[in-house]
Amino acid sequence: MAAKNLDLRQDFPILNQKVNDEQLVYLDNAATAQRPTAVTDSLVHFYQTDNANVHRGVHTLAERATEDYENARRKVQRFINAAEPEEVIFTKGTTDGLNLVASTYGEANIQAGDEIVISIMEHHSNLIPWQQLAIKKHATLKYIGLTADGELDMADAAEKITDKTKIVAIAHASNVMGVINPLAELAKLAHQHGAIIVGDGAQAVPHLAVDVQALDVDFYAFSGHKMMGPTGIGALYGKRALLEAMPPYQFGGEMIDFVHEQDSTWAQLPYKFEAGTQNIAGAVGLGTAVDYLTNVGMANVEAHEQAIVDYLLPKLVADPDLEVYGPHDPAKHTGVIAFNVKGIHPHDIATALDMEGVAVRAGHHCAQPLMTYLGLVATARASFYLYNTQQDADRLLVALAETKEFFNHGAVKA
Amino acid sequence: MGLSKLNSLYREVILDHADHPRHKHDLENSTNMITLKNPTCGDVINLSIAMDDQDKIADIGFSGDGCTISQSSASMMTDAVMGKDKETALRMAKTFSDMVMGTEHPQADLDELGDAAILSSIMSFPARIKCATLAWWALQRALLEEDAPTDEEEA
Repeated sequence: MAAKNLDLRQDFPILNQKVNDEQLVYLDNAATAQRPTAVTDSLVHFYQTDNANVHRGVHTLAERATEDYENARRKVQRFINAAEPEEVIFTKGTTDGLNLVASTYGEANIQAGDEIVISIMEHHSNLIPWQQLAIKKHATLKYIGLTADGELDMADAAEKITDKTKIVAIAHASNVMGVINPLAELAKLAHQHGAIIVGDGAQAVPHLAVDVQALDVDFYAFSGHKMMGPTGIGALYGKRALLEAMPPYQFGGEMIDFVHEQDSTWAQLPYKFEAGTQNIAGAVGLGTAVDYLTNVGMANVEAHEQAIVDYLLPKLVADPDLEVYGPHDPAKHTGVIAFNVKGIHPHDIATALDMEGVAVRAGHHCAQPLMTYLGLVATARASFYLYNTQQDADRLLVALAETKEFFNHGAVKA
Repeated sequence: MGLSKLNSLYREVILDHADHPRHKHDLENSTNMITLKNPTCGDVINLSIAMDDQDKIADIGFSGDGCTISQSSASMMTDAVMGKDKETALRMAKTFSDMVMGTEHPQADLDELGDAAILSSIMSFPARIKCATLAWWALQRALLEEDAPTDEEEA
């Protein structure tokens, strides 16, 4: 694909600052993205002009706030190509969405002896809810392993997913290995065995065009803050028939149809799953982030990030002092690049890079079973987004070279 | 500024302790043992102490995995408390915690810490304070919970 050079930095005031006297290079996008002015403006606008509680009031502001909130839902629906807006439930984020599925669908459908299949590269948020459900229900939790170059082992997937499998839950894109998993293929496999499939879209929705109907996933959860929306807002997609059959997640205001002294009936979708006053402004901000991404075009976002990976990854891989995790073929690698420098702990790397103004993550990336599987304690991780540039990649390379020099030779002589 | 600022954190003595850690081994006849983890980064320290019958630290050793700061802090800590009685060792742990959080202490207290006092520089790197304190927390816990089981704890 032709590289499209986006130049969006002027939309992100936070990037225009010095950190430790150096121009900031923000490469921790897999943790959280930065917000364009349009998103922060939409929050201010909502609170200063339309703010009211939704779905209740008769007054004008309540009507406007409700319209803003439901517009945001329709934007998200179109963005992931859900069949209807009622299939989009607003959540606190990916973790909340995955917990919702585990504690409602999982609670109602998993029995002793059943199997839940996830992968060894899952983030804790798509691991612990299933692990705890399996413990509670005396079900078995199985892990799909990786190939030698760090991709999901589809041969292993075909063995692990059996007629005993009731739920398959897999990250669409990995927050460590930098791979996109073949979710559509896994969905097919799961459905052949009568299981449902849950996609963790936290690292996918911000970076590539996602079509939940084409993927044929049953549930799909993602966060707003990794796609430039506010924190504390996310969405869960679920197929209508499944959502209809599920018990509510939480009880309280907004989610009821009628409440009697001894029993209650539930609201229609999606409100059955949105108990209490929701993060209305958050939803509005998420809608604006969706607009921003739609304007840029997801194909352009993908091409832009791929061009950076094409440029940077071979240089990192060629460095004999570096170990780069995940596939070394740039065509198979996303803008999430985990690595270690021989002889230097990733925490020391991250501190040194920070002194050069380059923000990266160091740690286990909320994937401790993956770290154990790879025989690692921790890694450094640089992750790119649509406002990063090839110059940012160059700054990382220079800072890494200086860091190696510091720890290996010049440490205290400067 | 770049990496020159790093010199204040990674001082020669700190790098020396990280590259050549003192007492980096598990004791066979320990009286007090603990494993502590820093869940944010995955660093682990196993600390074993042999107390003598006068409640003094007759021997101390550590093992585990961690960054330059945590490894060197553990090395300096074991150097500093070797031969000290329990009360003194606990006081030193308190001094160290206070010092890295910026609380003033008399010079005599800091002198008692030996090389470890140099880690006061960690104050300018707030994200790394936990790396420096992990070993001292382990010391405190190991001394205070001598009857406690030695299973894994998170710091």
